Amino acid sequence: MKKIFSLMLAAVMATSMLGGCSENQKGGTVNTDGSTSMADVMGALTEAFKEKEPDITVNYSGTGSGSGISGVLDGTCDIGLSSRELKDEEIAQGAVAHIVALDGVAVVVNPNNAVSDLTLEQIADIFTGKISNWSQLGGADAPIAIYGREDGSGTRSAFEEIVGVEGACVYTNEYGSTGDVIGNVASNENAIGYASLSAVSDKVSAVKVGGVAPSESTVKDGSYTIQRPFVMVTKEGTALSEAAQAFLDFAMSAEAEEYIIAAGAVCPN
Amino acid sequence: MQLLFTLCGLAAVGFVLLITVYLVISGIPAIQKIGLFNFLFGETWAASQDQYGILPLILTSVYGTAGAVVIGVPIGFFTAVFLAKVAPKKVANVIRPAISLLAGIPSVVYGLVGMCVLVPALRDWLQLPAGDSLLAAIIVLAVMILPSIISLSETALEAVPKEYEEASLALGATKLETYFRICAPAAKSGIAAAVVLGIGRAIGEAMAIMMVAGNVANMPSLTRSVRFLTTGISIELNYSQDGSLQRQALFSIGLVLFLFIMMINAFLNLILKREKER
Repeated sequence: MKKIFSLMLAAVMATSMLGGCSENQKGGTVNTDGSTSMADVMGALTEAFKEKEPDITVNYSGTGSGSGISGVLDGTCDIGLSSRELKDEEIAQGAVAHIVALDGVAVVVNPNNAVSDLTLEQIADIFTGKISNWSQLGGADAPIAIYGREDGSGTRSAFEEIVGVEGACVYTNEYGSTGDVIGNVASNENAIGYASLSAVSDKVSAVKVGGVAPSESTVKDGSYTIQRPFVMVTKEGTALSEAAQAFLDFAMSAEAEEYIIAAGAVCPN
Repeated sequence: MQLLFTLCGLAAVGFVLLITVYLVISGIPAIQKIGLFNFLFGETWAASQDQYGILPLILTSVYGTAGAVVIGVPIGFFTAVFLAKVAPKKVANVIRPAISLLAGIPSVVYGLVGMCVLVPALRDWLQLPAGDSLLAAIIVLAVMILPSIISLSETALEAVPKEYEEASLALGATKLETYFRICAPAAKSGIAAAVVLGIGRAIGEAMAIMMVAGNVANMPSLTRSVRFLTTGISIELNYSQDGSLQRQALFSIGLVLFLFIMMINAFLNLILKREKER
């Protein structure tokens, strides 16, 4: 009995080894470095890529867009990750952008709120406390409750960066998750908040920004302004390793689309 | 057999030591980098701007706990007097299980009720933008510390010898005079222990107040959103990067909170010891 069992075990192990050998494989390590906001997208992509190419290890370290770009220019990592567009001086140094995804941030209010269209300046004024009553925006005479995320959240840094209110926001409440922000905006008529576009449900209404309603298509064509690209950065003239090229190709392929969407971002293509 | 018991006892001590050592080791580096004075007395907590001052958090925890004690202790004490002395047996037998039940309600449920009932009520009543505030947190904490205050005070009151009471009544004191001038002073160390236990519970609570306090690291004010030491750790832990100064500073907050609770415990032990010696 024992013998048969061990024989079977050996057979199973042998077949599993065969399975591993069947595909032609590329080995290696890809080091990526940069934006912390891209953690979700990178997580989804590396996980999916791992199934496709089990022998390639993709490392991700979240250090911030700036250091990711300088990392790839200095050659300390294979692919830099940036959640903003490249600056001219970075392009001059040879940085090449590959946009893998777009991230839209919706500004949400309670469905009972009459205000449905705001300009970027008005949003900035609300979040810095210059506008403090909805009546100043054509709404009911009620104080504005500003809901946001805690420090360190990618959505918060994206929102504050794009609206131009970094570190200047006067929050009424801070919440630890996107769901909390949505839920609390849904239960307070005075509230305004922001959330990743993919998380917005019909419990809250997303305001138009400068007349444009946020949606996948307005983010794609660039008319909705509170958005940013997720960029993989390479250096011009420096050949990528086979493994890094394979990962970049995968991230840019149509196949990666579903994982990017699952991670809450919009596909650029 | 004795070995087994000894091991069990040592395990408990071991866990305490492990947690203490871990907290000290992981809490010290950030304090060294930020500077003890800047850390404890800095008025701004903003990780994205590298400002790590926890004075608003400390003051919020202190004020919040003090507020809960101010509201909770009188109610708890009077309830204990009522249960121990005044209430007819049948009534007491209904109230007592209700209080034990109150003690058994998970803190997240307190938070939920606070969030869905208390916060909107405060918003309407005080015309606030949101309603999440120090006041809401104080009310929730006051209710949460009631059970421990009531049951400990009641036990202390009932332990007062019947003869004291009888002597007082025989000398012509009214019943109320007897309760407050004879029974309460005789039970004072037990009641003090109850209060300190309530303080300990209030300062260590995180979940319930996270749901009603709003969690912005403002300097404490009754109607504004505030962040406690406990909620300061839990709200930022998820997104702080491993090894970053922000994460280390969160451990330092843990260390400060730990020291607070150690002090409260030491104080409680002192009270109980004094009572024993009497």
